Amino acid sequence: VKSILKFMGFERPDGSVGVRNIILVVAGVDCMEGVARRIAEKVPSAVAVTQHYSCLHVGTEQVVNIMSGVAKNPNISAVLLLGMGCESLKPKFYQEQIAESGKPVKSLSCYEEGGVKKTVQKGIHIVKEMETQISTLKRKPFDLEKLTIGLKCGGSDTTSGLAANPALGVAVDMLVDNGAAAIFTEPIEAIGGEEALSKRTKTQDVKERLLKVISNEEKRYTTGTEVEFMCKGNILGGLSSIEEKSLGSIHKAGSRKIAGVLENSQRIVETPPAGGLYFFDGTHFDVQSIINLVAAGAQIVAYTTGWGASFESLVAPIIRICGNPESYEQMKADIDINAGTIIQGKESIEEVGQRIFHELIAVASGKPTKLEDLGYGTFAIYREDPALDRLLGISKML
Amino acid sequence: MKRVIKMAPEDNVATALEKLEVGDEIKVVSEKGGVVDTFRTLQPIVFGHKIALATIAEGSKVIKYGEYIGEATQLINRGDHVHIHNLKSLRIPIPEKVLEEVRME
Repeated sequence: VKSILKFMGFERPDGSVGVRNIILVVAGVDCMEGVARRIAEKVPSAVAVTQHYSCLHVGTEQVVNIMSGVAKNPNISAVLLLGMGCESLKPKFYQEQIAESGKPVKSLSCYEEGGVKKTVQKGIHIVKEMETQISTLKRKPFDLEKLTIGLKCGGSDTTSGLAANPALGVAVDMLVDNGAAAIFTEPIEAIGGEEALSKRTKTQDVKERLLKVISNEEKRYTTGTEVEFMCKGNILGGLSSIEEKSLGSIHKAGSRKIAGVLENSQRIVETPPAGGLYFFDGTHFDVQSIINLVAAGAQIVAYTTGWGASFESLVAPIIRICGNPESYEQMKADIDINAGTIIQGKESIEEVGQRIFHELIAVASGKPTKLEDLGYGTFAIYREDPALDRLLGISKML
Repeated sequence: MKRVIKMAPEDNVATALEKLEVGDEIKVVSEKGGVVDTFRTLQPIVFGHKIALATIAEGSKVIKYGEYIGEATQLINRGDHVHIHNLKSLRIPIPEKVLEEVRME
C-alpha cells in the first residue's frame, strides 16, 4: 500500500530510517559499565548501555543477539563496543552482527588500551568523531513503511482494556494500512486470548508459532510455582477471567492479521521482514520488554497505562497513553496522550486512535515525547533461563 | 444518563464508565461513540465492572470484545452485574485463595 503520509527521519546505510540520531556506547560486559557511562556523558548524542549477564553465564548467545539488535536499530547512528579483555563475550561477537547494518562500529579493549582512564579518554575521542560525522545527517521524508512501532502496556487498570488499548489498536490498524510494521509481545498476557489471536494469523505456520510461544511461556510460569495470572486488584477492578484480562491487553494490537511471529533465541533475534502486525517471542517485564521491541527494530514504543510509567528507554522514544482520567490529571507532566476522554464520553475510541496515529508520526519526525529530554533512561536485557527451558523440553527456536 | 461501553457489536456485556445504582437509566455507547441501547440496571455496579446487555442462560458464553471471556454459572438477566459470582473462565480458573481474598474486601 502506497500512502501519501510521510515522516521525517535519518537514513542509514542499510536503507533503514532512524527517528533519532543516537550513538550507542555498549558495555559488552558489565564490569565496563562505568567506562561506558564516563564516555557517553561527555557527548550529547551518546548513550551508554550495559548487559548485566556478565561472564560465565549460559545462554549468552541470546544476550548478544538482543544487544546487537538494539545496536542495529535504525535510531542508532554509530556504535562503540567496550570490552575488558578477559570477558567471554568479546566485542567482536557483537561487532560481526552490527557491521551487517553498515553503520560505523568501533571497539576498545580496556586491557589493550592500558586501563580504565586511557580507555575513557580514547573512547571520548572516538565518540566525538562519530558525533561530528552524524551531525551532518539531515532528516528527509520517508514512507511509513520505514516505520516500526513497538506496543506495550503496563501499570494497567480497569480503563486499559476500555480506552488506552483499543485506542492504540485503532492507531495500529492505521499504521499497518499505511505500510508500517507494529510489534507486540508479552506472551504471558496472551494466555486465554489464543483463540482470538489464532483467528487473526495469516497462515497456519504463524498460528503454530504463536501457540507454541504462548504455551512455552505458560509452562515456564506454572512449573514449580503457583503464579497468579489474575490478582486481587484485577478482580476488584472488574476483570472476571483471564480471557477478559488478556483480550483487553491484546486490544492494543488492533484488528489486522498477524503477519508473523518473530524469533528471539540463541540463534537469531528477528525483525519484521515487511510492514504488518507481528508478535515477538519476548517478555512482559516492562523495561526488558521494551528493549525486546527495540531489538526487533521498533523506533518508537507506544505504552498504554492506567497509572503512568517513570522510565525512559534511551534508544527509542516512548509515547505514553493513559486511559484513566484521574491518573492523567495527576500525571499529565509525563503522559503524551490522554485517552481518559473515552471514559469521560468526550471522545470516541476512534478519535483518540487517530490522535495517537498522528502523534506517532510527529514523534517519528522529531517531536520530543514528554519525558524524552530528561536525559536518563533504563536499560536491561532479559533472556529466558536455558536450563529451565531444557528441563521443560521447550525451545526458543521457532 | 449514565454510560456503559459495549466494545464489540456481538457482546452480551458492557462495562460501566461510572458507578451505577439499582434502577438507573443507562445508555450503552459503542466504541464508535454512538448510543446503541438504553435500559435500566437491576443491580448496583461499580466503575469498570460489567452489566449484562441480554439474558444469558446458565452454561452460555459471556462475550466481550467480540470474544468469549467465560461462561455463565447461573442465569444472568439483562441489567445484572456480571462478575466472578456468575461467570467462570473456560481457560484457567481463578485460584480459590485469590477469590477468598476478594470476598474479604
